[in-house]
Amino acid sequence: MADFETVEVTTDILICGGGMAACGAAVEASYWANKNGLKVTLVDKAAMDRSGAAAMGLSAINEYVDINSGDNTCEDYVRYVRNDLMGITREDLVYDIARHVDSTVHLFEKWGLPIWTDENGKYVHEGRWQLMINGESYKVVVAEAAKNALTQQGGQYFERVFITQPLLDGDRIAGAVGFSTRENKFYVFKAKAVLVAMGGAVHVFKPRSTGEGLGRAWYPPWNSGSSLYFTLMAGAEQTCQEVRFIPVRFKDGYGPVGAWFLLFKSRATNAFGGEYMVERKDELAKWGSYGAVKPLPANLRNWLGMLDEFDGLGPIYMRTEEAIAKIAETYKDDPKAYKKKMKELEAEAWEDFLDMTISQAILWAGTNVQPEVKPSEIAAAEPYFIGSHSGASGAWVSGPKDLAPPDYFWGYEYMSTVKGLFCAGDASGASSHKFTSGSHAEGRAAGKSIVRFVLANNTQPNVDAGKVAELKAKILKPIDIFAEFGAKSSDPDINPEFMKPKMFMFRLQKIMDEYAGGVTSCFKTSKPKLERALELIGWLKEDSEKLAAEDLHELMRCHENIQRMYQAEAHVRSILFREETRWPGYYFRSDYPNLDEANWKCFVNCTYKDGKWELKKVPIISIVG
Amino acid sequence: MPSYVILEKCDGCKGQDKTACMYICPNDLMVLNTETMKAYNRAPEMCWECYNCVKICPQQAIDVRGYADFVPMGASCVPLRGSEDIMWTVKFRNGMLKRFKFPIRTTPEGQAKPDGGYGEVTTDLASQCLYNEPAALKLDALPTLKK
Repeated sequence: MADFETVEVTTDILICGGGMAACGAAVEASYWANKNGLKVTLVDKAAMDRSGAAAMGLSAINEYVDINSGDNTCEDYVRYVRNDLMGITREDLVYDIARHVDSTVHLFEKWGLPIWTDENGKYVHEGRWQLMINGESYKVVVAEAAKNALTQQGGQYFERVFITQPLLDGDRIAGAVGFSTRENKFYVFKAKAVLVAMGGAVHVFKPRSTGEGLGRAWYPPWNSGSSLYFTLMAGAEQTCQEVRFIPVRFKDGYGPVGAWFLLFKSRATNAFGGEYMVERKDELAKWGSYGAVKPLPANLRNWLGMLDEFDGLGPIYMRTEEAIAKIAETYKDDPKAYKKKMKELEAEAWEDFLDMTISQAILWAGTNVQPEVKPSEIAAAEPYFIGSHSGASGAWVSGPKDLAPPDYFWGYEYMSTVKGLFCAGDASGASSHKFTSGSHAEGRAAGKSIVRFVLANNTQPNVDAGKVAELKAKILKPIDIFAEFGAKSSDPDINPEFMKPKMFMFRLQKIMDEYAGGVTSCFKTSKPKLERALELIGWLKEDSEKLAAEDLHELMRCHENIQRMYQAEAHVRSILFREETRWPGYYFRSDYPNLDEANWKCFVNCTYKDGKWELKKVPIISIVG
Repeated sequence: MPSYVILEKCDGCKGQDKTACMYICPNDLMVLNTETMKAYNRAPEMCWECYNCVKICPQQAIDVRGYADFVPMGASCVPLRGSEDIMWTVKFRNGMLKRFKFPIRTTPEGQAKPDGGYGEVTTDLASQCLYNEPAALKLDALPTLKK
């Protein structure tokens, strides 16, 4: 077997991940742990300053309830999220995140994040729940507070350690194993409780760009389904694995459209000037009460635009030129003020890209786009798994004691169905629209909850040395396979004995794209297609035993793609189970083309135990009228 | 090839055990060739163009050439990131130039206090309030459902 030193780390609380939710958890857990003589350890597969989905920066905070203003309540936020997800949401969790998110945003500001304010010192809202920020260093600032919290309060953090498998002691989590992506070291973390916040999943579906632009996914390509895989393998129940997210963004660069729609009040039209949001209004009646709410659910907005595309009315354009002209009109009698306003708007529009999607700025510069002169194309991206945004996939977790209905409460908020295993951010499901700020707030709440658990269960679980040895051999196997067979072929990537992770990923993406409703199948699928997908995934699963890695980087890629494969299977099985179409702009079941409130207004939950999937319906219990 | 290293400028971070770009790349793409002592992007097609390597490079030895499979050539976005703001020079294919300067943070680097200055407000572990709430919420009490 490959010669990797085994490094053992014993801690009370282990946080897996280093993104927004993990940073929130680190701040809150460190305080309570330190007070109670406990130690917190955080493990990130990259460098915390620039890891996770906010690694590049962001131009807006998308969840700020502003309760203090008296304009909004947590109940309002719950209603908004519930409608956007077509009724499928854990209201107790959404409420809990909403009531903590304002303090998270106020902390961000104190830590040094520049939040736009108006002449009265009030935050500038992009929309009802969104704030504008100068967010180039958003993650740097948030990570700094988390690192300071850890190191000033007796904790520690590891960077460039990739977590791959959970350790269990019976029905309780006992830690995690992984490996360094920098040196030949196998890590064994033993913990009394584990908080998972390792992000969602990208590159499960074939992206629109498959050449150099393969990496230009809307959500970052390093989010490989680590949270889903880890919690699934620990035996944790999952929810909403069918609820993928498809963002409509500026085409190819995937630059944000929020500022254009919300701040600049831009319209989107088809190539013939038709406005699908107006012309296709009648279609909305098909989608129950959700078609009549404002704002219209994201997936229904997607759907109306997709119908234009299917009818050959594309490209679809964001009418930037029209929006800017409209703003200019209000200044027509004051050329000086107009010039000033235009300069401001230009900087705002470009900052929107440069803070968070620099590729879009290069694309605009490369195509000589001046938004005041001509419109820019928008399009539906490939599907992603991101429970923190307008998707909902993640683990099924307990709600807080003062909000959760009895069926949704098992002692510790944000604890999964596995004892001691907590989840936040993209790792926890059915609590959509938390975005970066809500993920951080949820991480904080979970960070307090996990300390409560550890103090009530203050024993170090047993870790079976035999199991650790078995996992080590399994995790390092791709290195061994390459060492054994690599020399047999003239090409290190082409060998009858093994497969490299890159082609493995392409095989998965092709299956998902063609059978599970990806871009090239116009997001449509059906029972026979999904069953064929499962057959093909079955063979892929067998072949995952033959993954080979030449170095640590490839070893990481091997395991990332195994994670993606399980994300894919959880998705396909959940879509297959739900015999209706509920989110037409995310996926469409050709064989069940309608919303079916009577039979399917429920969660679809799944577990994977001893190699077997189990799926079930779980009732939705509403707590907000 | 999304991010690429300008060989003339890269000094391999003067032979430290890892380069700045290796340290920061969220996708583990940047590598130091220890023979030439130059860094390189090992898988440009997995690059998100997040520019973190470009921003952190002490030699300004990294640039990005837009994804060739959909970006017409000739454009560039060049950042210069300081401790308080970032300057961008955007060059269009047709030669037009635009310059922007945006703030990046309002506090000195490294100084973020975890409690945000709100201090320990709630010290009861059983409370639903987090430790600096409700003060950090700017409310008198944590909202809950009126049952």
